[in-house]
Amino acid sequence: MRDVFILGIGIHPFGRTEGMTGVDQGVYAVRQALSDAGLEWKDIQFAYGASDAAGNPDTMVDQLGLTGVQFINVRNGCAAGGSALFSAQMAIKSGECDIGLAVGFDKHPRGAFDAKPSEYNLPEWYGDAGYMVTTQFFANKIMRYMHLNGISRETLGRVAEKAFRNGEKAPHAWRRQPVPLDEILDAPMVSDPYSKYMFCSPAEGGVALILGSEKKARELGVPLVRLKAATMRTRPPGSFEVFAPSVDIERGGSATNIASRDAFAIAGVGPKDIDVAQLQDTEAGAELMHMAENGFCADGDQEKWLAEGLTEIGGKLPVNTDGGCLACGEPIGASGLRQVYENVVQLRGQGGARQVPGDPKTAYSHVYGAPGVSAVTILER
Amino acid sequence: MKAIAEGLFTDEPDPRLVGGKDRESGRIVFPCPENDRFEPVPLSRTGTLWSYTIQRFRPKSPPYTGPEAFTPFPVAYVELPGETIVEARLVDVDFGDIAIGMPLVFTPTPLDPQAADPVMIPAFRPAEAA
Repeated sequence: MRDVFILGIGIHPFGRTEGMTGVDQGVYAVRQALSDAGLEWKDIQFAYGASDAAGNPDTMVDQLGLTGVQFINVRNGCAAGGSALFSAQMAIKSGECDIGLAVGFDKHPRGAFDAKPSEYNLPEWYGDAGYMVTTQFFANKIMRYMHLNGISRETLGRVAEKAFRNGEKAPHAWRRQPVPLDEILDAPMVSDPYSKYMFCSPAEGGVALILGSEKKARELGVPLVRLKAATMRTRPPGSFEVFAPSVDIERGGSATNIASRDAFAIAGVGPKDIDVAQLQDTEAGAELMHMAENGFCADGDQEKWLAEGLTEIGGKLPVNTDGGCLACGEPIGASGLRQVYENVVQLRGQGGARQVPGDPKTAYSHVYGAPGVSAVTILER
Repeated sequence: MKAIAEGLFTDEPDPRLVGGKDRESGRIVFPCPENDRFEPVPLSRTGTLWSYTIQRFRPKSPPYTGPEAFTPFPVAYVELPGETIVEARLVDVDFGDIAIGMPLVFTPTPLDPQAADPVMIPAFRPAEAA
């Protein structure tokens, strides 16, 4: 098995872009990634493309060139981007190919995600009664977590406050205006305990990552950013997931627990070795719970971590340095790849105003979503 | 009384929820899947609040078929001892009085209280209000 490297990265800014389809934004990201790596489209031997609501990724060959490249579409819920990346790295790792692409994009309508019971193997009445609403799950999960672990609502506010502050420094972020903590806490409620600033919104955007072998990386003379591990996992027994009419009393772990544990094992490192992390922050509480689920702290310690600023850009473990989903929004197909993009930027030292100090060497990314899927990557420079 | 779906409640004067018991493992889930592996079983009328939120905006239609005029409602998870934790509405309680661990009683509730012949959905109310 060979090592896999990230040769080039590209991003179309997240948010809302009138006049550009999701595919257009994906193409924009691919061109930027090719230019970043010093490659041309004809050099790409294969592609995996992720999109949830913006059409088939392989249609981008119309714009990029009809080279006959093999192009596989990935639709895998919130782990679509992570699944595209996992698949792409396998092709390099196995020696089958030397250069390939993982690309993700999306363009969602405004408002909450449209979800149908039938897509989740649920009875129709569940939707009729008003339960096909993802925010209900996230709010219920954090309400229980706060009760058990002594997390205050103010700490949820601090996560959102940090997100917008970091987003201001990230050119690809959507929400780039800092919001004061009291305004976050006092804003209209969406689903208690969360106010409107504590949830991310469906959005638009595109991200492209070009992967290759060490030989190619050295030939091109690009910074050597190694993909140490990429995992995608589904839920174990006893987990609590989006759209759950019932939950087992005997609690189990989560898809995140497994994806994280296995990624650390594959990479041969542990949580203490990580210098910067991008963790799924669908809402403010998700970032907190995922700090623990990924092994970075014990349940309940987040109260202290946030109060002491340990997850700030200059802290012990900077988390969501580009403002995460809260500041960037969540175009499903692109979201997980954005985290990896941001980690490559950080490892190359190209973060500008949001650069993590101290020359970070290892970076971690984590996606979680419906219907109980998670994807993790660990990068090393 | 018309349940929002068949097989959701027991057919008795004071109905109970119907769960599904895995014939091999004994695990209980709600609702009962239409699947030979699961045997329908009536669930406990009483339980405790496991978690909750307040739904503050009207869910999108489709699929939501509740009333056009929206008032916020609590969406809860209720632990039925030794069985499972079910998702249901909370009724007859001030939002400020809701507390995790509070004892609850099952009470089917109309999805649209103004409807002439409303469909009933699963809900729980505080046990003290009995």
